Amino acid sequence: MLENRKYIIIGVFCLVGLIYLSRLFYLQILDDSYSLESSNNSIKRVIEVPYRGQIYDRNSELIVYNTPVYDLYVTPRQVRIPDTTAFCQMMDLTRPEFDSIMQFAKDYSYVKPSLFMRQLSKEDFARIQDALVDYRGFEPRMSSMRTYPAHTMANALGYVSEIGKKKLENQEFPYYRQGDYIGHNGLEEQYEEELRGKRGVKFVMQNVRGVAKGSFKNGEYDTMAVAGKNLYTGIDVEVQKYADSLMQNRIGSVIAVEPSTGEILVSVSAPTYDPNLLSSRHFSKNYIKLIRDPYKPLINRPIMASYRPGSTFKLIQALIAQQQGSLFTNTFYGHSGSPMRCHCRGGNNLRGAVQNSCNPYFYNVFRKYIYHNNNPNTFKASAIGLHQWHDAVVKFGMGQKLGVDLPSELKGNLPDVETYDRIYRGENRWKFSNIYSLSIGEGELLVNPLKLVNLAATIANRGWYITPHYLKGFGRVGQGVPQQYLEKHQTDIDYKFYLPVIEGMRMAVVAGTVNKMADIPGIDLCGKTGTAQNSKFSHKYDHSIFIGFAPMNNPKIAIAVFVEYGGWGGSAAAPVAALIAERYLKRKTEATKLDEHVKKQRLMPPVSMLPGYKGPKVLPVKPRKADSIRKDTTRKVEKIKPLMAANR
Amino acid sequence: MSRNDPFSQNIDLLTVALYIGCVMMGWFNVYAAVYSPEAETSLFDLSTNAGKQLMWIGTTVILVICVLAIHHKFYDSFAYVFYGFMILMLLLVLVFGANINGSRSWFKFGGFQIQPAEFAKVATSLALAKFLDVPGMNINRRNNLLTIAGIIVLPALLIIASNETGSTLVFAAFVIMLYREGLPGWIPATGVALAMLFVLALVFPKLYIFFGLVACTGAFILLMPRYNRNPRTFMSMGVVIAGMMVFVTGVDFFVNNVLQRHQQNRIKVLVNPNIDPLGVGWNVTQAKIAIGSGRLQGKGFLEGTQTKFDFVPEQSTDFIFCTIGEEHGFLGSAVVIALFLGLLSRIVILAEKQRSKFTRVYGYCVAGILFFHFMVNIGMTIGLMPVIGIPLPFFSYGGSSLWSFSILLFIFLKLDSRRIGSMAWG
Repeated sequence: MLENRKYIIIGVFCLVGLIYLSRLFYLQILDDSYSLESSNNSIKRVIEVPYRGQIYDRNSELIVYNTPVYDLYVTPRQVRIPDTTAFCQMMDLTRPEFDSIMQFAKDYSYVKPSLFMRQLSKEDFARIQDALVDYRGFEPRMSSMRTYPAHTMANALGYVSEIGKKKLENQEFPYYRQGDYIGHNGLEEQYEEELRGKRGVKFVMQNVRGVAKGSFKNGEYDTMAVAGKNLYTGIDVEVQKYADSLMQNRIGSVIAVEPSTGEILVSVSAPTYDPNLLSSRHFSKNYIKLIRDPYKPLINRPIMASYRPGSTFKLIQALIAQQQGSLFTNTFYGHSGSPMRCHCRGGNNLRGAVQNSCNPYFYNVFRKYIYHNNNPNTFKASAIGLHQWHDAVVKFGMGQKLGVDLPSELKGNLPDVETYDRIYRGENRWKFSNIYSLSIGEGELLVNPLKLVNLAATIANRGWYITPHYLKGFGRVGQGVPQQYLEKHQTDIDYKFYLPVIEGMRMAVVAGTVNKMADIPGIDLCGKTGTAQNSKFSHKYDHSIFIGFAPMNNPKIAIAVFVEYGGWGGSAAAPVAALIAERYLKRKTEATKLDEHVKKQRLMPPVSMLPGYKGPKVLPVKPRKADSIRKDTTRKVEKIKPLMAANR
Repeated sequence: MSRNDPFSQNIDLLTVALYIGCVMMGWFNVYAAVYSPEAETSLFDLSTNAGKQLMWIGTTVILVICVLAIHHKFYDSFAYVFYGFMILMLLLVLVFGANINGSRSWFKFGGFQIQPAEFAKVATSLALAKFLDVPGMNINRRNNLLTIAGIIVLPALLIIASNETGSTLVFAAFVIMLYREGLPGWIPATGVALAMLFVLALVFPKLYIFFGLVACTGAFILLMPRYNRNPRTFMSMGVVIAGMMVFVTGVDFFVNNVLQRHQQNRIKVLVNPNIDPLGVGWNVTQAKIAIGSGRLQGKGFLEGTQTKFDFVPEQSTDFIFCTIGEEHGFLGSAVVIALFLGLLSRIVILAEKQRSKFTRVYGYCVAGILFFHFMVNIGMTIGLMPVIGIPLPFFSYGGSSLWSFSILLFIFLKLDSRRIGSMAWG
């Protein structure tokens, strides 16, 4: 019985064979659409690379466009070079360079064209065009090169270069091929898909000599290239360039947003480089130079640098404590009972504490906040208090990625109950006295400049923020902006609690911790200084921070300025912020004296002070130049040796 | 004694001749697939696939001699040992294997690579033959069926873990052997029916298929003898129809949520080849153009244009049939199909002659595996099957596959030679 099944099995085999034979008969004999016109013709796939989208600023000024260039391809089999030396001379190549390029091409294929030289400018090409007739096997192809007329914003823009091996292999959906360009870092990477457009493909029939004989199947399989979309950003190029000039001779960042929209107006990472360096054909040479630079110009500091927020964090403390009900506008604290010293005399109410950045005041505010619950056990009460504190601070975007439209944004750090349970190895083993440095923005807190400009914008808006972002539209302004860049994030702090804080910030600029010259008339700057400790160099080289917004009512711009090794916040950072706000609001600079002063400052630390420095140990010989401005406001900080003197 | 002399045994010469025919044709086509008129490489150039394939053929001859020289009882007695060793290898490759294109299925020794999944088929066939080679074995008993399923599924799971979906599907080929050994016919029939329904569900709107199913049921009831029309029959028919409808509805979910992106695309291209002519559809379109341009007689050896350069990817491995179709035309393709059908039928006929159940079961396993590869590989190049990366036995370039198929076949021929020998003896 079962033996007979062999007939069925053989029958199935033959049936499949028969189906395949008839299919082959159909493909090979009946249907001639799969056959080509002549058996010697073949189809060639011609790729059309679309223009990459251009990038504009908020006033439709061009930041990035494409310059047409020529790529030179070589087909080794066809190469005829009568005089190699002359050819090398013409191409500006050495003989070994020429040999290695040719070997590379031969290894790839004798009969398929390989890239010989990339991005010959129009002028270079014109020079060799006639001579190329004598050298067979070389073929120019049109291509384009990213060009940056404003020479600015290198880090935020990123750059366009050949796709790396890893990215090429890890494509989810194969699109890029060897040698294709792709955006790296910055906006070029973030919006790669929109900017690059879509490649087109044409199938062309050609005979054995490679002469085109028309399109294959009337172009049924062809796809049109789709040009990349133009990207409109919220950047104000004029102010951006001005900010660049202010940040010369400094390490740090400037970032400014429009509070009502969250659009980033200025984004400086200093030191920076000319983005044109990374788009020319000298890419690798320039790139290596930049990556070896000890000042690390390739780091986009506004989103990739981590600092302690320092005294700027007192603003959040003041807001959340009022909301909790443990702090009132007229709450008064003196200096006694606090382990921190202060530069201001006597005591303060809330406004005065913000104005003078009083450390003991905020020590008391935080203490009250943490113990603002009925638990008699101080350990348990601290845990409850810190938990509340964490939940309130998180609403300002701390300890998380804000979601700016750039890759590699840092999360920062916001400690919570678990953090300290881990540090002190168990629950209820720590209390307020272990964590009080949080009160003035030190301790385990870490932020990047972007988070602080967002804080400034939140206060400017009196209670909410829109995630900071560069995008203003694709193709035209307002088009294709995702929902996440339109919705408001509430801080759940009442409007009225912002008012005393803002008044304090205004006072800080008028008569507080900020350099008096920074109070430029007519812009109504409000701000808060901060100093992130850099104890390695005995506080002489702390990082200077300033955040603020202007004008006080109906603010148009919120700014955060970081100057590494800049000393305390009022000196190095605040004047920069004031000048940028003035330029943005008035479209001109009237505070020329301050402008000159800032541009004169030399705050670039010697290489030996940079983190990761491995050379011979050189102690900084002279401290920062004590200039006239500093004398105006400094109250000899150096003499006091307090626990945290630098926080102001 | 001459019994163990590999050259004076009663090896079935017809099979050997068909085998040699396949291997030689394969070698020439691998050469043609990588040949470029400008570079003018030799057939024996060790830097090309053709030269390397010759090396593989040489080592295969040595392997075949070894396989024939070993005593036939060895395969029987050590069947489970092979199987256990194979499982161990499949586990080890998951840990120590080289990562090639996201799949960990190759052992790498210097420039030499080997893929244990290819050999798993041989070991599994032997283990199945061993298990079924018991007097009075009824494969329809639940416990036996479960054991058989376990023997098949265990290596399949390990291979799927190393991301080689194609090689895993080959384990479905054992159904042919099981059918011969008494598996009820409705099981493979249901499998085929579901596969067809799967494709139909992708091609036609769901509603049409539901109507079609209902219409078929109606016709079936009308044709049914009156005495069979009782509530029980209707009930069971209702269950079957409902099951099919659920299956049809689930197809979309399966394709979109369970399969990986590239697998989804391969299935979508099968249904609609024009969906993405320059991306996923490229391979299939180019393969069809290459084969179609061969016409009746083909363009002649080494004269193909489409299978050179990048038109057809994987020209010398999975898409080797394109070179045959282009350069040797319909006639050449027909010869290849005839070669395979001849080989498959010959194996089945030899298997049926066996007195030892072990040899018969093993023979059917061999036939099933070869048939599955033949069906899927050629089917995908002519657009009748989704693109599944498995080689065409004896033709495709590659050491692991040539070795494993040769070992698979020659173990069977060795076992078969005992049949005539022992008859003459006893």
